Amino acid sequence: MAPENPSHPSENDLPYVLILKPPPSFVIFGDRFFNSTKFRFLKAYESPLPLAHFLLAHAQSVQAILSSGGAPVTADTIRLMPLLRLVVTTSQGLNHIDLSECRRRGIVVASAGTIYSADCADSVVALLIDVLRKVSAADRFVKQGLWSSQGEYPLGSKLGGKRVGIVGLGSIGSEVAKRLEAFGCSISYNSRKKKPFCSYPFYLNVRELAANCDALIICCALTDETHHLINKEVLSALGKDGVIVNIARGPIMDEKELVRCLVEGEIRGAGLDVFEHEPDVPNELFALDNVVMSPHNAVFTWESFEDLRKLVVGNLEAFFSNEPLLTPVGLDDQPHFSG
Amino acid sequence: MESIGVLMVCPMNSYLEHELEKRFNLFRFWTVPEKSAFLATNKNSIRAVVGNSSAGADAELIEVLPKLEIVASFSVGLDKIDLAKCKEKGIRVTNTPDVLTDDVADLAIGLMLAVLRKLCESDRYVRSGKWKKGDYRLTTKFTGKKVGIIGLGRIGMAVAKRAEAFSCPISYYSRTEKPEIKYKYYPGVVELAANCDILVVACSLTEETLHIINREVIDALGPKGVLINVGRGPHVDEPELVSALVERRLGGAGLDVFEHEPEVPEELFGLDNLVLLPHVGSGTVETRQAMADLVIGNLEAHFLNKPLLTPVV
Repeated sequence: MAPENPSHPSENDLPYVLILKPPPSFVIFGDRFFNSTKFRFLKAYESPLPLAHFLLAHAQSVQAILSSGGAPVTADTIRLMPLLRLVVTTSQGLNHIDLSECRRRGIVVASAGTIYSADCADSVVALLIDVLRKVSAADRFVKQGLWSSQGEYPLGSKLGGKRVGIVGLGSIGSEVAKRLEAFGCSISYNSRKKKPFCSYPFYLNVRELAANCDALIICCALTDETHHLINKEVLSALGKDGVIVNIARGPIMDEKELVRCLVEGEIRGAGLDVFEHEPDVPNELFALDNVVMSPHNAVFTWESFEDLRKLVVGNLEAFFSNEPLLTPVGLDDQPHFSG
Repeated sequence: MESIGVLMVCPMNSYLEHELEKRFNLFRFWTVPEKSAFLATNKNSIRAVVGNSSAGADAELIEVLPKLEIVASFSVGLDKIDLAKCKEKGIRVTNTPDVLTDDVADLAIGLMLAVLRKLCESDRYVRSGKWKKGDYRLTTKFTGKKVGIIGLGRIGMAVAKRAEAFSCPISYYSRTEKPEIKYKYYPGVVELAANCDILVVACSLTEETLHIINREVIDALGPKGVLINVGRGPHVDEPELVSALVERRLGGAGLDVFEHEPEVPEELFGLDNLVLLPHVGSGTVETRQAMADLVIGNLEAHFLNKPLLTPVV
């Protein structure tokens, strides 16, 4: 056995970070993506044991979990890890983590912070321009060779001057507002609470916001309160000239109702990055030119993944060095999501 | 005014046709089977021509219409009008500036986002059912990318203002430097291309700007660079562009215009780093109506001896 250098502890002394399922970055970049000299990973998914058995056998002294949207941290998991003190997540949303249980146990949660906000906001603008100006539909038209045979393409609708209603004016919502103002849009919003020092008009309920805007943008978290927030009433208030864009979470919309409205022409169009049962998408949408769909990739850029890598490694290294976390979440402020 | 002959050279907008018919004696040139015979018969009653970005008034047409007083273009671009000939003959020319600036700039940004974030390809991916088999691959972030603008007129400035909201550093090339503008100026297009991530053509088409995007510029823009053209097809040496895209020497392109519309090089159809649009820069209900109103307003003003709304000549 090689002699150990005290200033370079061997791999075997490094604290463990539990991973329940491989995060998207492992799938894309391989499982060394978050490597560090300060910790090592315990991969539950590489074991044939059922999770509960695995945790009892191997995770009793593990203090940290690296979670992602597809790897929920449930109360059951938390209860099987007596020394758990930190959950770091790679996703923007927190709805896959039992925040009440974390709060009860004093477990700290570290989020993605604002690293995805620019990409998310860019996706919103991309989807909105695409729906109003028929970019994807017209691209299909040209690439199918139809321009020379069918002539002029149908007219779209001008973005400038549109009233934009943002549901959830957090980091992403604010970045959306800043961008769309440059296009001459007027901004209003609905949020859990009115934001101080914010000059955009505030609407106490989403139905009223929808009634007073031309484009409704969903940028809020998925919680018990926001499940099916966008329902028949809200879509009806948005009306036949209204457009909806959702880059947040599928279950915030009543998807069946949305599909019905789109098929029957009760709203102008939709830009959707998220769906209730991903990767299943309602087939009725495939026949519609006024719907633009993307496969939940609003934050999937090379740049965001590099920012994520630095953030996750930074949070975990800070934790194991007893230094302040980079992006701790204030759990007292978080609404509940029962999953 | 019903006896004033107005020759519309190609179909462009039914609202405009309808409004012109109410006021003038409208001739729809594209419905005429024998054009020379038609012109010989009607040349003395035609006092106005209405054109657009596809067809306008070249020297040949102007020569054949001795009573022509005004050419009103349903476009801001004037490349289909022989301006020198019009000046020579005292023929007025009007276009439709300002009303379409926002739409064209919006589309330029929409193209940048669609190309970098592969939005059209993502939509194809979902529609084809491929998402059930796996995630789509990573794309390129738009925020913060360096945007280089050729032509800092109304449209160029509007593109800059929007791109700034995405924290994009702006640089430009134009015939002369504009000292009051805070963006970085490059005295040549090749230098501009070498120093930006996204190059946007937003200048007018003239003899000088024909093929302003050539092999040298494309090479300078490079395999990670993206070209956006919301100007005119002939701004770009199209065969050079096609081979650069097919050979992956250029990172991507968003094109609203082509050298021989509506023909588009078929080699481009299968590439995933391209968004191709059928010349829809000003193609919204709101803007086309505003453009039509300007054409009508200009013609009415002319025939009532009032000042033209948006004269060029």
